[in-house]
Amino acid sequence: MGWTLQLMRILIETSQATFSRAGEAVFEPIDLSVAGGRALVVRGANGAGKTTLLRLLAGILRPSAGQVKRHAPVAFLGHLAAFKGELSCRENLDFRRRFSGTGSGMSNSRALARVGLAGLGLRPARTLSAGQKRRLGLAGLLVAPAAVWLLDEPYASLDDDGCTLVDTLLADQIGRDGSVILSTHQRQPELEASPEVLVVQRHAQGG
Amino acid sequence: MLSSMNALLRRDLRLAVRHGGESLMPLIFLFAVIILVPLGVGPGPNLLASIAPGMVWVAALLASLLALEQLFRPDLEDGTLEQWWIGPGSPAALVVTRLFSHWLITGVPVIVFAPLAAEMLYLPDSALPTLMLSLLIGTPILSLVGGLASALTLGTNRGSVLLSILVFPMVVPVLIFATGGVAAAAEGLSASAHMGLLTALLILAVTLVPLATTAALRLNIE
Amino acid sequence: MIFHRLKVGFHRLGSPPTFHKLCRVLSPWLWAGFLVCAAIGLYQALYVVPPDYQQGDSYRILFIHVPAAWQAMAGYVIMAILAVIALVWRIRTVEIMTMAAAPVGAAFTALCLATGSLWGKPMWGTWWAWDARLTSMLVLLFIYLGIMGLYAAFEDRRKGARVACILVLVGLVNIPLIHFSVEWWTTLHQGATIRLLGESRMHPSMLPPLVWMTVGVKLMFGAALLDRARNDLIDQDRRKNWIRQLVDEPATGDNA
Repeated sequence: MGWTLQLMRILIETSQATFSRAGEAVFEPIDLSVAGGRALVVRGANGAGKTTLLRLLAGILRPSAGQVKRHAPVAFLGHLAAFKGELSCRENLDFRRRFSGTGSGMSNSRALARVGLAGLGLRPARTLSAGQKRRLGLAGLLVAPAAVWLLDEPYASLDDDGCTLVDTLLADQIGRDGSVILSTHQRQPELEASPEVLVVQRHAQGG
Repeated sequence: MLSSMNALLRRDLRLAVRHGGESLMPLIFLFAVIILVPLGVGPGPNLLASIAPGMVWVAALLASLLALEQLFRPDLEDGTLEQWWIGPGSPAALVVTRLFSHWLITGVPVIVFAPLAAEMLYLPDSALPTLMLSLLIGTPILSLVGGLASALTLGTNRGSVLLSILVFPMVVPVLIFATGGVAAAAEGLSASAHMGLLTALLILAVTLVPLATTAALRLNIE
Repeated sequence: MIFHRLKVGFHRLGSPPTFHKLCRVLSPWLWAGFLVCAAIGLYQALYVVPPDYQQGDSYRILFIHVPAAWQAMAGYVIMAILAVIALVWRIRTVEIMTMAAAPVGAAFTALCLATGSLWGKPMWGTWWAWDARLTSMLVLLFIYLGIMGLYAAFEDRRKGARVACILVLVGLVNIPLIHFSVEWWTTLHQGATIRLLGESRMHPSMLPPLVWMTVGVKLMFGAALLDRARNDLIDQDRRKNWIRQLVDEPATGDNA
């Protein structure tokens, strides 16, 4: 994997970046930079703009002011796991792998086993429970590896086992000198080195 | 980027096959029109022959309209659409891929069965090659223009009414050149001017529509 | 350099209070100008110009029909220019102006179609004919309606305006194509009789009222555009501070 060589390099950074919706900035301008091997936890009240920030970092949204620079491939896992319910888990993972154009990811069965979905490869994705869908989303990160993971509420709908799984996957990603930026308001990730924390401030209305 | 386009095309076609019945809708539509029209206007061969190009074309247009509502919406709702802006593929290339699969699903069946429809409406044999050529050049324009309208209305919740209002003005030139050409060929005249103009429209649509569609999609996912 | 100045100018206009003030100052003047031009134009059109030797008095509707038709098309061009500015520089007030232009343009298109139809009944013996100009005007009306409908369908009006601006530009490419294709399709309408260069085939006395009416209609378009834009802006910003200040100002002035 090419990016493992770029030790401790900044993989993603912003300067005074913000996003406007209906002409109003969603959150106060944000400066951040995350290096390989580091994690960043995004916190903030409901509606403060955590999801918006992650979508901005992913490149789905364009900053209305400031800059976002991505120096490495990015993967984004949001509330919507981006899977087709009519297709089987395997087919969905195959698509993810081909779509991202990376050849270095895990095989389907290994990834499914890793997230605790072993044996469910042929099931249509729509028949999975909410928690299983989240797990399938995590498997998507494994089959199509990216240096930067942007995870929006990765612990949502997961049981205790699942939350531990997320922590392990995060540790692995950091161990590969990848970066992780995640938003969460329930559980805090349990990692060896405690991650940096960024608090998103909702933009003051007015004017 | 090619790998992304390839993956998207394969998945779209796989989904179309899996939906089965829905994918047959364009054909059912074509033949519903072809069968209902003689019942409505009478079975006179001369009358049918004179309206045949228009009927086949209107059927092709309606067939392409059918699937437009679902062109981008499911992808918006399950989060796959926003992934277009993350992966290595350029969004415009993915838009082109999606429109190509729309054409394969709605345009190609109509083209394949057009000779049968033309025969049922007594279109003169001399006009058949022109009809086929006009469909071959024109139906991709329908997919392109329809895709643009679909992208524009994506963020609204009453897309389907708007969709028809937006598509209708855009397809006027296509319909005129295509049916005009077929009618000319039926009278034994040359249709090359019509087909040339239709080709010009296709080139224009291929260059401009992906850009506008990408911009519209982008605004709608924000 | 000029480009930069334009940009700065438009950005200054982009401040809602400034824009609001400009509209409020400018629009009464435009309405007044329209009334004067229309009064002169209509007087000349109805009393000064002699009746046509073929069409009698019925041709006089031309003095409304033709300016409305021109404005329907000119309105689209203005709207398209505004749309480019709105999309390139992302200026909210210009987006609002673009969207305000659509209903006004649609109204002129409808007026043109209605007067054309009224004129067509005595002249051609039919309310409607599938002729090139009529058909392309009808399609133009639908394009206007599509733009209005698209803008109205969005909950986030800023987003709606930006998406509709894209449609405005698509229409700009599309309208000449429609016009050309429809013209190719059939022609029954009389050819263009007014030429900027070369000899006009109209009676010379018809020209002054036509010019007055045309100028009047343009001023009215501008006035209606500014009024609509101002109303839309106030409606969108009704909870914002600057509106509150605007409403409060006269009241506090009275108290002092």
